[in-house]
Parts: sequence; C-alpha cells; structure tokens
Amino acid sequence: MTETAEKRIKASEIDPKFKYEISKMHGGEKMMRCFQCGTCTSDCPVARFSDTYRPRQIIRMVQLGLRERVLNSDTLWLCAACFTCTDRCPQDVEVASVIRVLRNLAAEKGIVPQVFKEEASSILESGYAYRIPELRLKKRETLGLPPLPKGNPPSIGKTLHKIGFLKCVEKKGS
Amino acid sequence: MAEHKYLMFLGCAIPYRVTAYEISARKILKRLGVEIVEMPEFNCCGLPLDPVSHETMLILAARNLAMAEQKGLDIVALCPGCAGTLKKVSKMLKEDKHMREEINGHLKEAGLEFKGTVTAKHLLQVLIEDVGLEKIKETVVKPLTNVKVAEHNGCHILRPKEYIGIDDPEDPKMLKALIEATGATCLDYLDETECCGAPSVGVNDKIALQLARDKLNHIKTVDAQAMITICPFCHIMYDTNELRIEKMFNEVYGIPILHYPQLLGLAMGMSPEELAFNDLRVDCSKILGQVCEAGK
Repeated sequence: MTETAEKRIKASEIDPKFKYEISKMHGGEKMMRCFQCGTCTSDCPVARFSDTYRPRQIIRMVQLGLRERVLNSDTLWLCAACFTCTDRCPQDVEVASVIRVLRNLAAEKGIVPQVFKEEASSILESGYAYRIPELRLKKRETLGLPPLPKGNPPSIGKTLHKIGFLKCVEKKGS
Repeated sequence: MAEHKYLMFLGCAIPYRVTAYEISARKILKRLGVEIVEMPEFNCCGLPLDPVSHETMLILAARNLAMAEQKGLDIVALCPGCAGTLKKVSKMLKEDKHMREEINGHLKEAGLEFKGTVTAKHLLQVLIEDVGLEKIKETVVKPLTNVKVAEHNGCHILRPKEYIGIDDPEDPKMLKALIEATGATCLDYLDETECCGAPSVGVNDKIALQLARDKLNHIKTVDAQAMITICPFCHIMYDTNELRIEKMFNEVYGIPILHYPQLLGLAMGMSPEELAFNDLRVDCSKILGQVCEAGK
C-alpha cells in the first residue's frame, strides 16, 4: 500500500460513538469544543522537533471517531505533558488531558511504552517509580540525610490490583 | 517552636539521583527556621503513572494527602511534579464529591480517608509565601552581586494554571524574585517557560535532547553564568545531558546547572562542599571562584 493509501480514511474505520466516550471521561469533557485553530500544535515544544506529533490532529481524529488509528498511534506517547496547549487553548479544551485519556485507553489494550511499565512495576515493588540502589540508601546515612520513606508497597499493590491496574501493565505491548 | 512546619515530600527522582537538591534544600530551610518532619509512609505522588492509569494516579496522590492529614501537617515537596500532582488532586477531590467518594472507597481498606484538610506546596511557594522575601534577604550575608544567571522554572510549577495557579505561566516572577534576593541578576531570555524535554526521555530521546539544547542555546546567547532550576527532572535533563548534547551537536556551552537552594546557600555564606556542589556534573569552578572572590 502506498503512503497516501494508508492515510486515506475508510468509512468502516469511523466510530461515531468514540467522541462521546472520550467526552464522558475525566479530562476529556470539553474535547468537542475544538474548532481546529491549531494553537496547541503551534505552541507545542515537541511538535517543533517531531515530524509526526500534532496535538490538533489527535483531537480531530477523536472527533472523527478514528478509534483504532488514534489508540494505536506511536505519536500518542510523545506528549511531554508540559500543559502549554491546555493553558493556551482558546476553547478551553484540556488538550494534554485528552491525550492522557487516550493513553489510558491504549494502555487498557496493552499498548504501553516499556518505560512506563518499568515505573509501574517499581512502584508496586518499592513505592517509588525508580529502583533506588541500595548504595544510594546507605549513602544517605553518611551524608547525614534521614532514611528514605519506605511507603507501603503491599497496601498499594492490593488497592491497584482491585482496580485492574496490574492487568494493563502486564499485558504485552510496544 | 518553628513558625512553619512541614512534612517533607521527596518523591522518586530526588532520592534516585538528585541528592544535591535535597541536601541544599534542607540546609536553607533550616537556616530560615522552617521545621521539617519526616513521613516514613509516603510513596510516589502518582504522576509517573498518570499516562497509564489516571485512577492509579488519583489513588496514589490521595493516599499521600490522607496520610498527611492524619499527621495534621501541610506538605512541602521539592519536586514540582509531586507538588503539582498533590495540589491538582487535592483540588479535584475537594470539588468533585463523586470522585472523592470513589477514591475514598479505594483508600478505606488501608484505613485512610481524604478529607481535604492539608495543603501541598512546592519549596518555591513556601519560600515566597510563608518565609517571605524579606526574611530571605536578611539571611544573605554574601550577596552574589556581579553574578548573572538564567532561571528555568519547569512546566509543573506553572501549568496547568487552573490547578497550580501560584505564578503567571506566561511571565513567571517567583523564581526570579528569589534569585534576585540573593543579590544575583536574573537575565531574560527566549522561551523561558519552555519544557526541558525530560518527560520525552525513554520515549524519544532525540526530541528530548533537542528541546534541552534549544534552551541551552538561548541561555548562552544572553551570557548567563549558570542556569538555576527548582525541579529534579529539569536538573537531570540539563546537568546530566549537557556534555552529551555538546558532543552530539558539536557545540560548547559550559553552563553550570545549579539548584536554587545551592545559589541561596552560597549567599547565606555556606560552603560549596556543604551545598553538595561536588554532585554536579558540569564544571562550576568559574562561578564558584567568582562568588568566593566577591566575599573576600
């Protein structure tokens, strides 16, 4: 298939309910207000260095109902969550939050970049997003710093298990 | 008793690899009479998992807030990501009864409940709002006159304005005022409020490094002697990667990246050793030489 043919939108791809689904989710409520002015993309620091990441395009894809295309898109994970788009949107769309909503839905399908999976498993193990080396913990003592809070990983794990969080990071993904 | 008392919230990045920030922050807070209480039960603020599961982020943040409520103390976070998340979630749960009930349902088993009785602040906010610029100026014994630096706020201390709302995201003034309180000059430069790129590391390193490079270039243009940060992630992004960026793009910056408490600490007369300057990767000898000379 040529590149143009891949980009062509087929009627069968369109899910008219998708936009309503997103609008009901926390952070996605005002998504339908977007009139494609492009403020988000022109102010986006990532878009400046990426040939593919365009927040305006992502919002339009949602409005058009291109569910699979948007949830499977790699560019979804490029947002740096700087919230410049959210602050500057003249229509009050929480652009960065819409992208977060979409990422959450992609994660439910098992599409999660490795870096987030590692952070998730580290939090479940230790209560921290990164595995803090034993050496660092010991060094704190010699530096006169108080011991690091231990948190309560079993309690965190129990709660997160209940909401089905573990499933979305354990599934195979990109 | 100290006038101001807070629970310390370190988050994940600081204990992982940004010790100099913690050391210097604790030192200046002590000098300013702010009492710090440790909280062994704190866990990650939740922000790193927001992209994967918003609900998980809400639960983790609410846990921390609920534990602070049990202690009856407000939180000071050194990381803007943590401060912003705790602030945001606190506001959301206070305003949305349905969401609060749902999250509290999850916390019940752990014997916790979010009531909304404590506030979470970033270090910057504690310094400006609670300690005050006047008191900070009083502790300056070695004004850093002739030192010219550039500030880098980072995103989560500024945006989204609706939830953070402590400074103007288009023209931030708090960090500038704090820098000037040390006697140093804070220079203006292009795209001051732009993202450092750190959140893109691991997803697309090339974009992340290009973002960091852009800022280093803008700062170099105005001849700043150092960049001043208040975020562990921004600091890692510049301090750890500056040499890498120099090599990658065949450019030379030589801009030291200092944590704000290190700058204030110097003005308070503390030594570079006390403020863990040896933990920084980019060479600081030039600016330190100038500061030490000024004090003579």
